[in-house]
Amino acid sequence: MKIPYYPGCSLKTTAQNFEISALAVAKTLGIELIELPRWNCCGTVSSLTSDDLMHHLAPIRNLVRAEEMSENLGGDEYKLVTLCSMCFNVLKRSNLRVKENPDELKKINDFMYLEKDYSGRVEVIHFLELLREIGFQKVKEKVKNPLSGLKVAPYYGCLLLRPKEIGIDDPEDPTVQVEILAALGAEIVNNPFKTRCCGSYQTVQDKYAVAELAYDILSRAQKEGAEFVTTCCPLCMFNLADRQKEVVEKYPEFRSIPVLYITQLMAVAFDLDEKYYGFDLNYVDPRPILKEKGVIR
Amino acid sequence: MAEKKISVMDKIREAGKSITSGVAEEDIKYWVTIHIMGKAYRVPADLTIMQAIEYAGYRLIRSCGCRAGFCGACSTVFRRKGEYKLQTAMACQTRVEDGMFLVQIPFSPAEKPLYDVKNEELESSVILKYFPEVARCVSCNTCTKACPQDLEVMDYVQAALRGDFKAIADGSFECIQCGLCAIRCPAEIVQYHMAQFARRMYGIYGTPREKNVEKRVEEIKSGKFDKEFQRVMSLSLAELKRIYTEQQNTREVY
Amino acid sequence: MIKKLVISSKNVDFLNKINELSGETITLCDQCGTCSGSCPMVSEMDITPSQMMRMVQLGQMEVMDTKAMWICASCFACTVRCPRGLDLAKVAEALRQVKLREAIDHIDIKKIPEDEVRRLPQIALVSSFRKFTG
Repeated sequence: MKIPYYPGCSLKTTAQNFEISALAVAKTLGIELIELPRWNCCGTVSSLTSDDLMHHLAPIRNLVRAEEMSENLGGDEYKLVTLCSMCFNVLKRSNLRVKENPDELKKINDFMYLEKDYSGRVEVIHFLELLREIGFQKVKEKVKNPLSGLKVAPYYGCLLLRPKEIGIDDPEDPTVQVEILAALGAEIVNNPFKTRCCGSYQTVQDKYAVAELAYDILSRAQKEGAEFVTTCCPLCMFNLADRQKEVVEKYPEFRSIPVLYITQLMAVAFDLDEKYYGFDLNYVDPRPILKEKGVIR
Repeated sequence: MAEKKISVMDKIREAGKSITSGVAEEDIKYWVTIHIMGKAYRVPADLTIMQAIEYAGYRLIRSCGCRAGFCGACSTVFRRKGEYKLQTAMACQTRVEDGMFLVQIPFSPAEKPLYDVKNEELESSVILKYFPEVARCVSCNTCTKACPQDLEVMDYVQAALRGDFKAIADGSFECIQCGLCAIRCPAEIVQYHMAQFARRMYGIYGTPREKNVEKRVEEIKSGKFDKEFQRVMSLSLAELKRIYTEQQNTREVY
Repeated sequence: MIKKLVISSKNVDFLNKINELSGETITLCDQCGTCSGSCPMVSEMDITPSQMMRMVQLGQMEVMDTKAMWICASCFACTVRCPRGLDLAKVAEALRQVKLREAIDHIDIKKIPEDEVRRLPQIALVSSFRKFTG
């Protein structure tokens, strides 16, 4: 199965471990994620005013590329997979907007006259949705190194689940990460704050507000017994992992907890080569606990 | 005998008349009407915009440089008759068209941030440190449309967000820093300053060192050529001239 | 203490402007407070999301001087829980845009400390500039 894939800027720099692990995991499952040519930054947050079309240019331009690539790959499926939750939200929102407003689509197509017209055929899906589509049983079949004894608290953040017309799961009680982790053999820890925002872009100008939110989310997970937290968004990763430095400044008794991309855990469970784990880029190194639990050597 | 006083403007007019066609004005068959800053002028059809501006009687002290399409000084913005689209061009490299409405942009106001390339690394955050406005790019492609060198400007700005110095260096290699992209950009990015920084960084940290140059620099530092320099410095002017004119015959290789 | 509010056509214009810019009918808000209870950033705000909606309903332009809209993280928790189906994230965005479209930035992009620029992923800078610069 070959599917067009949109990485997003951070996956090429600070979140390379997300991409490396995800592409390897996908390959193991028989999916080849092919990067879009000449993609541009999606904009990360959707423009929410009714009259703004300019900030939809960037996502639609990427969808033009996706449509072209789908045509070249043949078949009748026009899908675009993303890993980053923010990219997913923006691309899907803009896609929905132009599908519901053909006159706006026409305007955007006319403005981007140097590109092929976007017809609205592409469906934007998140990697987790793709896994759900191919079935968690298939995921389980590839597990060679079950994550037995690992207590993992999945974290979803906001843009993967909200608003309702965009979200991939129930915004109050999502289960998709639970099902994947169960297939990997891990023990699920429920964190009541799993859908609470990490603070998002407020991390730029008010890092201590973000530290408060991170503290709430992480300490509750720890209280429920979690040893790891998983996420699928580079900004959530930064706010929950890298900002632990600021959390400790405010709450000196806070113990660090590793935060991983769920695809990194999948790579470990599939017993892939170590180079696909990408643990060097994780702020809190998960290796000590993983070794202690006998999950990695 | 007293010489008739010829003003600079007269000289320019005289020069413009036979500039490309080599014919006298009364023999020129094809004329066009162009509008320079709103005022209409009738000029010979085969002139470049720059020649036409001077033919019309203007003396260019800005927006004028090498006259060879290389320095980026003569940025011109124009519209064709009846068309709404804004066009850009370099005045010295573009012929006039009938009904052209034009103006020149002699300068793009852009403070270049002070940086010391020796103290930086080849990393994406370094570009954002000096040029944070690059993160405001909305991928509208206005810069690419404005570029008179047909560069894919938006693509290299996007590469900057990913920290791909090589892509920026390759994509901006032929940039003449005319400033048209920066003037038009809605996110107020100064693309050419950012690209120059990236080219400098890539040249120093991303490309292999030239071994022969390094070897030669060592030789010079070790004094291998000191005696020859001193010998040449002590020669008389006549001797220097003789050596210079005869150098074609030299067979010695250093 | 009772405060007297005078609603003039200026206030109605402001309400209409925000209605149009956000695409939401703000008068539908019945002030139940669910949004304020759901908001993760409410403890940092000077007015709550419900108070923000109330001020807009009454066309009070003083809302432009409050900090709540700038502390909003666009997480849509309010949006999914509003029993009236209102999208408060869009209302907050409309209020921000009123300021930003006058070319008044909320953050100085040149003043982010160097060590922060080195740490932050691009995703943080791009999203924060989108929300806080015009």
